[in-house]
Amino acid sequence: MEICRHNDHIEISELDPFLAELLRQIPASASSDGVPAAEQRLFSSPANRKETELCAEWKVYVEPELRRLFQSATETVAADLEQLNGNEKSLANRTLRIPAKHADAWLSALNQARLVIAAKNNFTESELGDHFRSPIGSRRDLSLFQINFYGFLQEFILRDLDG
Amino acid sequence: MSREPRRGVGCRAQSKETEGTSHILDETGSVTTAEPTTETRTEEDLDLPWQVVVHNDPVNLMSYVTMVFQRVFGYPREKAERHMLEVHHKGHSVLWAGMREPAELYVQQLHGYLLLATLEKVS
Repeated sequence: MEICRHNDHIEISELDPFLAELLRQIPASASSDGVPAAEQRLFSSPANRKETELCAEWKVYVEPELRRLFQSATETVAADLEQLNGNEKSLANRTLRIPAKHADAWLSALNQARLVIAAKNNFTESELGDHFRSPIGSRRDLSLFQINFYGFLQEFILRDLDG
Repeated sequence: MSREPRRGVGCRAQSKETEGTSHILDETGSVTTAEPTTETRTEEDLDLPWQVVVHNDPVNLMSYVTMVFQRVFGYPREKAERHMLEVHHKGHSVLWAGMREPAELYVQQLHGYLLLATLEKVS
């Protein structure tokens, strides 16, 4: 896989089928539906639980707006990922172009996915800090690899935003 | 980020007198000094200071957190990094303190960036 920046987009080229599939899983991985721990993390409490009125109002007025914000970001990413659609053979060495104006949406969707995967797997801080764990021998290892891969993409996008 | 209108919250029992000399800049550009005034505010007018606290999260990238602090609070990179490191090493950092309404908006923005942020009364 190669990743480089151009004037108006980031280009990820020579994507092998495995990494292409991980990219295609971003929108689904970002969903916290049916996972209370993930839901709790994406929509965390704005204050101490004793602030019952504030927390209750937050749920009614702010949370739906956050939900729309997160969903809009994953929809943008899902639309960009359509470049990878096709038969499995065509997934080999594919190229993905992320428009510069979609950088924020990608940062958000990647972050949502990382947080949801971490919450689902209940990863410890030391596991999350282990960036060189290999080989992938279990579903849990794969999830950790997914978090690190998405983190790598986030870092690259952040550097791109930084100029 | 905008927010749907909602009814005001945060009226607390407190009464306070304020005294001070104010300076007024008029249309001609000259400054006049007004007499000190005494004003009694009702309890609804006053608000205790609140602080915006960001808590550590092992998933969010340090560079991402720094960028968010720069964007949300307009902090220069150095200050944003200082707060980010405080969150990382001490578990939390107070990013801002002031009136409740802007504090709520800051927390809302931080949640929009998926940071763990809370609104706390200054003790």
